[in-house]
Amino acid sequence: MNVLIYIFLAIGAVFNGLGAVALIRFPDVYTRIHGATKCTTFGSIFSILAVVIYGFARGGGEGGTLAVHALLALVFLLLTNPTGSHALARGAHQAGIKPFQAVVDRLEDKR
Amino acid sequence: MIVELSFGVAAAVMLAFMCVSVLRLAIGPTAADRAVALDTINTLVVTTMVLLGVAFGQVVLVDVAIVYALLSFIATLYIARYLAGGLE
Repeated sequence: MNVLIYIFLAIGAVFNGLGAVALIRFPDVYTRIHGATKCTTFGSIFSILAVVIYGFARGGGEGGTLAVHALLALVFLLLTNPTGSHALARGAHQAGIKPFQAVVDRLEDKR
Repeated sequence: MIVELSFGVAAAVMLAFMCVSVLRLAIGPTAADRAVALDTINTLVVTTMVLLGVAFGQVVLVDVAIVYALLSFIATLYIARYLAGGLE
């Protein structure tokens, strides 16, 4: 059980790091939203699943409370993270920010 | 004992990633870049709070993480509406 926790923590740390690197390296707003949001959501899933496994393995009242509340936090994160990033991309497009090296904007009239 | 320590190490690694994201928050050319960096930092803070709840053995930190996730979501929506051009 401990090996599974270590593996999940490592996967979560690697993907959250990829999200931070994407935030620094990508050229414009839309690619930064793409890289940062997807990588941090995927990394957070595995980090919190490690906490859930730890809680169920410890057992008892406190372990069960830890696991259920961590699962609830994961559900809220999965609901709110894509919604917020979509709203940010829509707001950036309506603010008139063009994609990097863009020639044609086919959503120009939807602004 | 060693398992709780590994959760603390993972939380410290998340702190390093947050510092990298603060760099984009500082140098971002447009306001939308800064908003994306803030959104990323909020997600990392929620993950770090859940990890620290195990590392310190206090379940209440996980509840704080739930409330923080919902409040940061509302803040992100407000910033997005501001970028789209006003709240009217």
